[in-house]
Amino acid sequence: MNDTPISRAANATPPTVARKIKGLSDRAIAWIFVGPTIFLLLAINIFPLIWTINLSFTNFRANRLNREVEYVGLRNYERILTDSDIWLNMQATAHFLFWTIFFQVVIGFTLAYLINKKFKGNDLWTTIIVLPMMLSPAVVGNFWKFLYQPQIGLFNYIIAFFTGKEPSSFEMLGSVDLAPWSIVIVDTWMWTPFVMLICLAGLRSIPDYIYEAAEVDRASKLRQFFTITIPMILPFLMLAILFRGIENFKMFDLVVQLTGGGPGSTTELTSINLKREAFEKWRTGYASAYAIILFVTVFGLASIYVKALNKVKER
Amino acid sequence: MSSFSVTEPSKSSKWFAGTLVITYALITMIPLAWIMLTGFKSPSDAISYPPKVFFEPTLEGYVNLFTTRTRQTDEFLAANPPENWYEDIVRQYDMVIAGPSKFGERFLNSVIIGFGSTFLSIFLGTLAAYAFSRFKIPLADDLLFFILSTRMMPPIAVAIPIFLMYRQLGLSDTHLGMILLYTAVNISLAVWLLKGFIDEIPREYEEAALIDGYTRFQAFYKVVLPQAATGIASTAIFCLIFAWNEYAFAVLLTSGTAQTAPPFIPTIIGVGGLDWPAVAAGATIFLLPVMIFTVALRKHLLRGITFGAVRK
Repeated sequence: MNDTPISRAANATPPTVARKIKGLSDRAIAWIFVGPTIFLLLAINIFPLIWTINLSFTNFRANRLNREVEYVGLRNYERILTDSDIWLNMQATAHFLFWTIFFQVVIGFTLAYLINKKFKGNDLWTTIIVLPMMLSPAVVGNFWKFLYQPQIGLFNYIIAFFTGKEPSSFEMLGSVDLAPWSIVIVDTWMWTPFVMLICLAGLRSIPDYIYEAAEVDRASKLRQFFTITIPMILPFLMLAILFRGIENFKMFDLVVQLTGGGPGSTTELTSINLKREAFEKWRTGYASAYAIILFVTVFGLASIYVKALNKVKER
Repeated sequence: MSSFSVTEPSKSSKWFAGTLVITYALITMIPLAWIMLTGFKSPSDAISYPPKVFFEPTLEGYVNLFTTRTRQTDEFLAANPPENWYEDIVRQYDMVIAGPSKFGERFLNSVIIGFGSTFLSIFLGTLAAYAFSRFKIPLADDLLFFILSTRMMPPIAVAIPIFLMYRQLGLSDTHLGMILLYTAVNISLAVWLLKGFIDEIPREYEEAALIDGYTRFQAFYKVVLPQAATGIASTAIFCLIFAWNEYAFAVLLTSGTAQTAPPFIPTIIGVGGLDWPAVAAGATIFLLPVMIFTVALRKHLLRGITFGAVRK
């Protein structure tokens, strides 16, 4: 993980050589300055993580503190990996990830490409488009639930208006087929601007002279698009996908408010399932093992992905 | 300036692009506009079919959001005429205002925890960022990556032990506990962003100050801090927005005293189920500050959400 674009960006600024002038030595100041941050992260992130790993080998239940805790070895892991319901949740999560990223990349890139045409007032419209992303996912989920109401909701009314169906004839949140799409729609509404912003940064980083050279060579606009724009923007797109992937994998607040995992368990993404195991069924040891599996999955996938990303960037 | 450029889009393509983008922006605004409108509807207008775009505006939703109400006897109502406009609204339903609702309290919690954790993240983050930017720290890259990686962790994965740990330390459901927690989540963002801003300040300024006889510490707060003020301000707003919007930790680790507004807003119950105008009013009040900040922040947006990994 050491060769990420992020750590390489950090490398770009070499630290100054420590000097000793007046007062405390630079080395002492450095430790005083960095120390509290590291301490806080160790106390509130790393220590709990190690604790989670430890708990994952036990049958501990947080609502029964007096009960004796037994170490059960890998039994929790074994049970999770052989549980078919959990594989269904994983599948639901994978579908959700695939479709949200697909729509966000397609729409986000298109918007960025259009905004890059520098039409009048594009700054204002860009700011408006970006707004949903800055809001609280829980509150957003809650008010989309209102929009999705089959009888009174605006969403059904608008769709019905354009398709000629009865607004109450389809229930976005209540139907097994539509509920997963209802989440995809809200997530796309909320996070397309994120992909758009990154693409926009990518497009703006392409120097004009490349297009000018292509023009001299009489390359058609379409050809310029596929041989210059797309390859140059690819690393940015991949970075956007990475960020969205990590965020959506741990998606919780939006879905809890919108569907609460239902109907049945059609929209029960892994993080919702995890919350249920940990804070409703209080199977703490089991939930800890589940959390570790998810965490390792995200890290594993992210690091493989970052390797691929770096290859693309080197081309 | 007036020289012909092949990369300048043609007029018609600008028109085309502008129309499409504006259409998207308007569609994107519909849900937001609708929720704000709903806040000014009466409960019956809010759930009428077909959805009403034109209606008689009322502040009922806002009154219901901030108060609890009880039904009263006819004699009491006759003997005590309403004294102000908000009592007047409640009277239409034969009710009287019994007291403030929990919304004010939860909103105040959001403010305390949001600003508290922002202050702490900025304070610690600026110090760390300065050290990373200016001093030779062993394993600096690894430390920086470690700091960033803490953000990848799903909140629920660490929520269980934090829950247990906080219970032991007496920090569960306290403002301090939530402030420390949000600080830990935000500090990665703060350090990365601030390091970027401080890196851009020329070292020569400090060196001149050091030669003038300032100590390293004086040089830091008299020379570097004022230069980094804009960067610090925009980083602070990003930290604030995150702490403001956070839901998972708030709902898992707090039950009342220190609970912020996001878990509360969806639970505002009226007579027949959720009181949608009150929920909408709460959402509107809660969203407005973020919307204002977003407009103010638009130049720094990209850097803030990507930790500066994409350079603009």
